[in-house]
Amino acid sequence: MLPSWLNGMVQALPIVLGYVPVGFAFGVLAQKAGLSMAMTLLMSVIVFAGSAQLIAVGLFSAGMDPISIILTTFVVNLRHMLFSAALSPQLAGWRKPELAGFAAELTDETFALHSTRLIHLHAKKSETFAVNITAQIAWIFGSWLGIVGGRLIAEIEPFALDYALPAMFIALLVMQIKNHTQGWVAILAGVLSVVFYLVGFNQWHVIFATVVGASFRVFLEQWMKK
Amino acid sequence: MDEKIILLTILGMAVVTYLPRLFPLLALSGKKLPDLIVSWLNYVPAAVLAAMLLPGIILSDGEIAINAENLFLWAALPTFGAAIITKNLFVPVIVGMLVVIIGRMLV
Repeated sequence: MLPSWLNGMVQALPIVLGYVPVGFAFGVLAQKAGLSMAMTLLMSVIVFAGSAQLIAVGLFSAGMDPISIILTTFVVNLRHMLFSAALSPQLAGWRKPELAGFAAELTDETFALHSTRLIHLHAKKSETFAVNITAQIAWIFGSWLGIVGGRLIAEIEPFALDYALPAMFIALLVMQIKNHTQGWVAILAGVLSVVFYLVGFNQWHVIFATVVGASFRVFLEQWMKK
Repeated sequence: MDEKIILLTILGMAVVTYLPRLFPLLALSGKKLPDLIVSWLNYVPAAVLAAMLLPGIILSDGEIAINAENLFLWAALPTFGAAIITKNLFVPVIVGMLVVIIGRMLV
């Protein structure tokens, strides 16, 4: 049997393989936006949120003011609140500093993995932290590769780096859909997100669509029970 | 932008990202949530991923683009296929990017 930290690293491998190309895309775009290596890596260390970092880099290069960048980041990352709430029952009995450490590395990808693996309650803390730390190291490494690569690449379009994130969302979505109802909720939330975007909800569309989509389904269940 | 302002912006980003990750865990961990909330939270992952994905592949320049020119939409098909078959992250990401690379070379 593998030691639990090593087991955690192995479990994180799919995330590592997804993070390196997306982190690379982030690094290249950050370099093109004129961010220094120190600032780019700092963002990957203390923010650690794929889509928000990619969006922020776009805002930096568009010369957006800091307050708008921070607000956009807040709205884009507000969904983590739902992840944090969703995992809270499985992390019963954890001490506060442990929860604080866990929260720092709660991303779409680590959440997707934990929400399937933590159902088995024997999952050890060291294994859980090993998953998170391995994932973040891959993210930082990918970012660094991107900064270095960005200096060598003049044009980014031919490399399809802008498709790394949508492709990762597709892969995560497929892993999350375990039954028909979840599939229908996903379709509803996706369509609502497009509609909210089109009517001008500017970055709020994701969280609104998620809340309305999930709520609609729960209401339907309650209504059918009566 | 000045390096100092960039630094402050990134620190701000870190704070507004971390707090929503932390609060529910601290507040709710160990408490038994009502069944209604649990079943609601159960739908969150699939809903949020779809909500992030769909605008990116269905819209082009802020308008609905369900047409032959929308490469991102077409590339989603083999990406979905690869995800369903392999059930991992890496293969679909590479498949999707390769299709977009090839698509751009052809156009």
